[in-house]
Amino acid sequence: MITIKNKAKFYETVFFAVITLLSYTVIAFLLIVLGYIFVKGASAISWEFITEMPRSEMREGGIWPAMLGTFYLMVGSSLLSVPLGVMAAIYLTEYVENKRILAFIRLMINNLAGVPSVVFGLFGLSLFVIFLDFGTSIIAGSLTLGILNLPLVIRSTEEALITVPISYREASLSLGATKWQTIYKIVLPSALPGILTGVMLSLGRAAGETAPIMFTAATFFTPHLPETIFNEIMALPYHIYVLATAGIHIEATRHIQYGTAIVLIVLVLGLNFSGMVLRYRFRKKFKH
Amino acid sequence: MKINTHTITDRISEYLFTAVGFSSVVFLLLIMIFLFREGLPIFNSVSIKEFFLGSEWYPTSTPPKFGTLPLLVASLSVTLVAAAMAVPFSLAIAIYLSELAPMPVREIIKPAVELIASIPSVIIGFFGMVVIAPFLQNMFDINTGLNLFNASLMLAFMAIPTIASIAEDALSSVPMSLKEGSYALGANRLQTVVHITVPAALSGIWTAIILGISRVLGETMVVLMVAGGATTFPKSIFDPVRPLTSNIAAEMAEASHQSEHYFALFAIGIILFFLTFVFNIIAHYLTQKYKFKYN
Repeated sequence: MITIKNKAKFYETVFFAVITLLSYTVIAFLLIVLGYIFVKGASAISWEFITEMPRSEMREGGIWPAMLGTFYLMVGSSLLSVPLGVMAAIYLTEYVENKRILAFIRLMINNLAGVPSVVFGLFGLSLFVIFLDFGTSIIAGSLTLGILNLPLVIRSTEEALITVPISYREASLSLGATKWQTIYKIVLPSALPGILTGVMLSLGRAAGETAPIMFTAATFFTPHLPETIFNEIMALPYHIYVLATAGIHIEATRHIQYGTAIVLIVLVLGLNFSGMVLRYRFRKKFKH
Repeated sequence: MKINTHTITDRISEYLFTAVGFSSVVFLLLIMIFLFREGLPIFNSVSIKEFFLGSEWYPTSTPPKFGTLPLLVASLSVTLVAAAMAVPFSLAIAIYLSELAPMPVREIIKPAVELIASIPSVIIGFFGMVVIAPFLQNMFDINTGLNLFNASLMLAFMAIPTIASIAEDALSSVPMSLKEGSYALGANRLQTVVHITVPAALSGIWTAIILGISRVLGETMVVLMVAGGATTFPKSIFDPVRPLTSNIAAEMAEASHQSEHYFALFAIGIILFFLTFVFNIIAHYLTQKYKFKYN
């Protein structure tokens, strides 16, 4: 009996050791990826790198136009995804009563979220760039990224709205407020930090995506900064991709590739991390 | 009179929210319409059989060849290898977080895994190009480190957070009473995990794997930068390949508007759209199944 029990205990110890080891391997790989890029790219980072135009066919100078382009895409895409996403989430949590309609819309949101990013690129190309004749432009890229981000905003807003206790709504309605007044004055303000989480995550996603903007907004080089929303732009992720894969200076621009990668990582992970902290605090607030 | 304007505002807002509530459905339809509009014309010049079963993709030769089979095989093989790599690690993390990790460790590991999901794919592709590729080339003495294996490795890393977090949710939603029953019968923690918790969460774990696979199948930048790009059938795991997604990204810029090549690339978009659509529907039904079980 004792030996069987010891054997079981032995297997348990080994199994849990393997599980723990595998888990930490993944975390170690994450640290290696980030650490390697930071160590290799740290020397490229300077104030000039961030604020200057590229020089001598990208081999010198900075990435200012790519920073600006990514900033425009972030703002432009959220102008579409945030209002539409928040309103769609309000509809799903506060208005729909028919369970079938709810399940159907949820399924469609999941399917939209599952569409490959390069297919969003094709869609943006055919609808915005060609059919609506916006050309390769800030507006075409922003609209494409905005639709791509819609499921993300809807889901985090929904989660935030559900977290607000029913009793808040009942108290407001019992004081004679209409449904719209209740949503506008009570539910939305209470859910705001949770909604901001979704905004942060979608801004991060808009900054980091490459495939959807390849045919809709991004270009390798612009000699001038964009003047209207119908201009094409440079963008951080596309800049890394092009410098690392195309052209005649792949090796000569290596330091710029690493530097751009650091800037992109700090931007995207910073936004995601702040989003996660906001969500953590928000959940804690409503936990009893 | 005042009450009246409030009722009107209430009505208007309800209509507005309803209209916007359906926006995702509208966008999904629009995507389908535009993919079909730009993709279906390829079948005027290339037969359906030739497009799906043709083994040569030479869009710029005369006459051009539009056989997508090598690209599909590349997508499926990269996806399978990546899934085989990602699943053990993901399940390990899921079990570690739900059954083993002490609270303070959990609160660090969980967000760290979540952070992996937010790393832009171009960064992972870049790392695969400049670090993993030369490493593989030296270690296995092969022609190029940009190949099926490298792409699968990078994709596995990207899929881990998706699979791990959904699988962890499934494991955590197994009722405590089931596990307590197992402990009461004298089972230890390993026996309880293997015989009770994992089987009870199985449909959720499958959902996780399927959604992970769907994400890998649609991923573009990593395979574009790391898979090597050869449009031939892979004979070994170290051969360069060109999956469907990267083929669109690599060639769209050179395909002139409304040319056969342009139509063919959109038709590949249709394939991708429906492949991922089917995976999502399967995942959805599996989720319904296990939600029903415990609620």
